[in-house]
Amino acid sequence: MKHTLSVLVENKPGVLARVAGLFSRRGFNIDSLAVGVTERDDVSRITVVVDVEEHSLEQVYKQLNKLINVLKVIDLPPDGSVIRELVLIKVKADAKSRAEIIEIVDIFRGKIVDVGKDTLTIEVTGTGTKLRAFEDLMKSYGIVELVRTGMVALPRG
Amino acid sequence: MKMTGAQALVKSLELEGVEVVFGYPGGVMLPIYDVLIDSKIRHILTRHEQGAAHAADGYARATGKVGVCMATSGPGATNLVTGIATAHMDSQPIIAITGQVATHMIGTDAFQEADTTGITLPIVKHNYLLKDPREIPYVIQEAFLIASTGRRGPVLIDVPVDVSRGTLDFKYPEKRTSLPGYKPTTKGHSRQIKEAAKLILKATRPVIYTGGGVIASGASAELATLAKMLDIPVTTTLMGKGAFPETHRLSLGMLGMHGTSYANYVMMKTDLIIAVGARFDDRITGRLDTFAPHARVIHIDIDPAEIGKNVAVDVPIVGDAKLILKELVAALKGSSSVAERPDIRPWLKQIDEWKKEYPLVIPSDGLKPQFVIDTIYRVTKGKALVVTDVGQHQMWTAQFYKISKPRQFISSGGLGTMGFGLPAAIGAKIGRPKDRVIHIAGDGSFQMTVQELATAVLNNVSITMAVINNGYLGMVRQWQELFYNKRYAHTCLRRGESPDFVKLAEAYCAKGIRVTEPDEVEPALLRAMREEGPFLIDFVVDSEENVFPMVAPGASLDDMIGGK
Repeated sequence: MKHTLSVLVENKPGVLARVAGLFSRRGFNIDSLAVGVTERDDVSRITVVVDVEEHSLEQVYKQLNKLINVLKVIDLPPDGSVIRELVLIKVKADAKSRAEIIEIVDIFRGKIVDVGKDTLTIEVTGTGTKLRAFEDLMKSYGIVELVRTGMVALPRG
Repeated sequence: MKMTGAQALVKSLELEGVEVVFGYPGGVMLPIYDVLIDSKIRHILTRHEQGAAHAADGYARATGKVGVCMATSGPGATNLVTGIATAHMDSQPIIAITGQVATHMIGTDAFQEADTTGITLPIVKHNYLLKDPREIPYVIQEAFLIASTGRRGPVLIDVPVDVSRGTLDFKYPEKRTSLPGYKPTTKGHSRQIKEAAKLILKATRPVIYTGGGVIASGASAELATLAKMLDIPVTTTLMGKGAFPETHRLSLGMLGMHGTSYANYVMMKTDLIIAVGARFDDRITGRLDTFAPHARVIHIDIDPAEIGKNVAVDVPIVGDAKLILKELVAALKGSSSVAERPDIRPWLKQIDEWKKEYPLVIPSDGLKPQFVIDTIYRVTKGKALVVTDVGQHQMWTAQFYKISKPRQFISSGGLGTMGFGLPAAIGAKIGRPKDRVIHIAGDGSFQMTVQELATAVLNNVSITMAVINNGYLGMVRQWQELFYNKRYAHTCLRRGESPDFVKLAEAYCAKGIRVTEPDEVEPALLRAMREEGPFLIDFVVDSEENVFPMVAPGASLDDMIGGK
């Protein structure tokens, strides 16, 4: 089962290594991980999606809390949180397919951010399922390159 | 006050009350050593950095204070790793200070550079890489706070040489009891404590199972009150030896893989486990899905991550064992249902029968290791501070040397580090100079840190080293005998007269004697008691004796070999 954890950490060198090291050392699988600044200079937020059973989730939570540089760990429920991810896809686009692709991008409320001779680079934001759906549609045109940011999230309200 | 980083570091250690550090100098540590020589802090030069780490650990275990060790960058720091990992697995408070190449050289593969904080990350409670001399007083203070509170553990501070040489305006920070990301829980949840009291008063077959947490917390007196008040038998882990007097009628001795049969039977039949400062390690539970099938579990521990990790818990109580046990005893005393408590006499009677039926046995033909350890117990009247290495001799010591006080038994439990014993014994003796310290070693373990004989001799550390010499890597040989068809692949450590442990002691200007007959054991020990300085006895024992009872790895706890 997938869980999204929001880990507030002190903004100090090596903190990401401590958090990532803990996951690998204890055998917890990370689906995605995103790190960034917060409203406070001295605090960073690590958003991590783990694929674990309930019992292991408790261990992840408790072990994370034991790290001195970890200030707070929040388990974000899917229905009580805003969860977003961004994908950049470079897709093959010739004169014939170009219009069709642009139409799909519009439906997904994406953006064309770069146009090459035979490619389009598209930016789409959304939840994991939306991005996967979009990615599947693009496969038929030929994906040249793809990058995803990993999930970021905040609790609602 | 203006001072150098090195001066600030040593000053901070003095302010934290450090009396002794164990270490080994090197290039980037020179600024610190140059200050240390003028400090009132005593420095014990070991002969290997691993020895320094174990000695600091032994000191911490014997005194309850934080042990400090130092080493230079690169190989000095990597040599500390085994010692730090040992302290980490047994939750011992040590601080390791390592030298590092200058900050502008970090990451360039400079001479004697190693990523010390990276290497030690998984085996410390916390570590620091200093970048600025002004951090020194804060980091030292934090390190002592982290190492010595909550679930204790090792903290490493990596000090680049330019940070030691740099200057700062020194002011020691105000005492802190928590940090933004570090607030250990000490007081137990009162409703849970009441819940625990209820379960205890309903149980018909209760048992107290304790580990090193009771010793770390100093909760032995409270534990004894609880046990004696309600006649609840007590079993301990290896780390918990000394938490409850093993001479007491309620003591079941150690449980687990090489525990007493009766302790293991008790665990399998009990209806209530009161776990205090113990973590249900695999060496304790045996096969997890058959472990303690009838038991409800109260788990008291300072580390919330230990609760529910291996065994499902009915009443979890996070906090300091001493505080919680005190409240638990008060709750039990104040409870109205004491009078309705079920009769537990049949349970105690059953335990007495098991004790009679399955005692630990000392075989009598030839010079047996169990006999040697039993004799050490008798000659020292059960009062020595016992330090062991790791292997068969360790388990025999756990079985036959009954420990009556906390911090009287020191051994590497979690990591099982061969070579721990000699340097840890040196550290223990330096921490408690008035106590008689006996180091019980195996011939394999002893050879792993034998160079520390020099440390013992040069500092006139009066310890008795009892080498239980069977010429084998005995515990591994035992597994080969039982599970690998007696194919003794690379476990024989002796050839002819080599090694000669007496000559080895003499080479370091220590004294030593050899014992080969049972009737020589007692006189040899009596002589050792009279000797000044380190004294070695080479007990040449039966080479193929096994440790029984034994729960095979992965077997159910009541499925014991040689124990019934």
